[in-house]
Amino acid sequence: MDYILRRILYAIPIALGVTVIVFSLVYMGPVDPLTAVTPDDAEPHVIEMIKKQYGFDKPIPVQYLIWLKRALMGDFGVSLQSNRPVIEEVIPALRKTMMLAMVATGLAFSVAFVLGVLAAYHNGTWMDRIFTGTAVIGVSVPNYWLSIVLVVIFAVELNWLPAVGMGPRGSGEWEWDLVHIRYLILPVIAVSAIPVGIITRTTRACVLEMLSQEFVPALHSKGITSVRVLVHVVRNAAPTVLAATGIQFGHLLGGSILVETVFVWPGTGYLLNESIFRRDFPVLQGTIAVLAIFFVLINLIVDIVQTWLDPRIKRG
Amino acid sequence: MAEVEALRPGAEAEVPIGAIVARGYWGTVAYRLSQDPVTIAFGVVLILIFLAAIFAPVLAPHDPYKTNMPMRLTAIGTPGFLLGGDELGRDMLTRLLYGGRVSLFMGLTPVLLALLIGGSLGVTAGFVGGKVNMGIMRVMDVFYAFPTVLLAIGLTGALGTGSRNLLIAITVILSPPIARVAESVTTQVRAFDFVEAARASGADTSTIIRVHVLSNVLGPILIYTTSLVSVSIIISAGLSFLGFGVTPPTADWGLMLATLRTTIWANPYVAVLPGLMIFITSMCFNLLSDGMRNAMDMRF
Repeated sequence: MDYILRRILYAIPIALGVTVIVFSLVYMGPVDPLTAVTPDDAEPHVIEMIKKQYGFDKPIPVQYLIWLKRALMGDFGVSLQSNRPVIEEVIPALRKTMMLAMVATGLAFSVAFVLGVLAAYHNGTWMDRIFTGTAVIGVSVPNYWLSIVLVVIFAVELNWLPAVGMGPRGSGEWEWDLVHIRYLILPVIAVSAIPVGIITRTTRACVLEMLSQEFVPALHSKGITSVRVLVHVVRNAAPTVLAATGIQFGHLLGGSILVETVFVWPGTGYLLNESIFRRDFPVLQGTIAVLAIFFVLINLIVDIVQTWLDPRIKRG
Repeated sequence: MAEVEALRPGAEAEVPIGAIVARGYWGTVAYRLSQDPVTIAFGVVLILIFLAAIFAPVLAPHDPYKTNMPMRLTAIGTPGFLLGGDELGRDMLTRLLYGGRVSLFMGLTPVLLALLIGGSLGVTAGFVGGKVNMGIMRVMDVFYAFPTVLLAIGLTGALGTGSRNLLIAITVILSPPIARVAESVTTQVRAFDFVEAARASGADTSTIIRVHVLSNVLGPILIYTTSLVSVSIIISAGLSFLGFGVTPPTADWGLMLATLRTTIWANPYVAVLPGLMIFITSMCFNLLSDGMRNAMDMRF
């Protein structure tokens, strides 16, 4: 309990640090963020007025506090491109990215857990080599290239699945029906490659470690069947594997930008890409802020759940 | 990035204890590598990729920038255009050879920079300890609190596109994990008795760092750093795939993959080639780094 409380308290300065970095992004670039909204031939007094309107006339720490206060209430300003509140653009995109990440994490966990346990149980055999090899491919394959290869195979050559979008006729509305799920299959496979690799390796390492512990021969010598020993081993390996899975989910939220770009999947990655090319700083800042805070929260939850599942973990 | 730490390779060398003593550390490492055909094979492939990139001007059959409209999107195996032609009729083989130069440079440079920056921050934090450690490591924690790819994209978005900024962004995301590893091994080494003994016998701080600390922490830091090369290559090629890196007509695997993406309906097999090169290179680095770690880890 004490650890959980300390862990929560520790997440607060980290989250604040994250907001500082996200806020500073705007000032890192060589380009004045105002050029996107100021006409080239603007009079000096007009520029002053625009500066005032956006709050750029105040000292930077004050600007940060004002930005943070608004951000905490979900106000990340207005998109320079569409003139809509940033949050109204981020939330629907986040929902679509989350859907992709959740399905992919679920798939990756189910596949990788089986592969990892089997590889560990058959340590050193051809089966181990094949599954470990699969894991290496998973972490080595650039997922944007895998996306293109999947499109070439399943859309160009076989014509089984759609190449881009998330619904017929480019509709942005999602339904859980067969028509829409066809659009989900390829992006999900592409983003699960890395998690499959990492979770397989983690599971294998964890189960191998468990198998080397004294309780395994002890259980066997008590005459317990191999299947029930497996249950013990899996239960002991579960907290670490679940933690790795949780972290992977977080990485997918922020890391699917490349896959989303290939599949024109209207999620946060696609939004980020657009905002960078249109120099739409409020959208860039708002999207990164929301995703990064989510990542901090996911890490926090993973730690808490892991402590709760595995009371042996005592952390300093 | 945390994922890399969780990996524990399972291949163990069956070496009699007497043999280890007789060979010494590097002798044992070399012996173990010679017993590991997978690592050797992928190491050789990697060397070939590097040689191909270095000698691109000698090996390339064509000019990488000369467009040749009649050869547009020619298929693999066309005489004179062994790997086909791209969307402007430039020879794919030539561009893949030249592309390796840029892509390998853009993938490796940030790792070296991050080794320097993250390594020195981590060793400093571990050696000095106390408030300095707190200060450095908490800042690292904040950078660590971002999903890797997201931070890289945010930084290139903010700094502006171009290869220099891309290198900076990737260096920034690779430094914190190296700093963490460096800090943790340095803290362990500092607590050993021989460091205390050296201090008691009058060694000054710089000698202790050079002789006693660095010699013991460099190995683990280097092993960890090699495991980041593949990540760095994938992310830097990915950012240039998005158009954040070098500009056309420069040959670069990521950028080539992006421009050829529009041609997958017409000439799919040529279009996937640059990505195949990124994949093979990154896989070679991963397997090589695993193999090196197995060979250098004396606990097995």
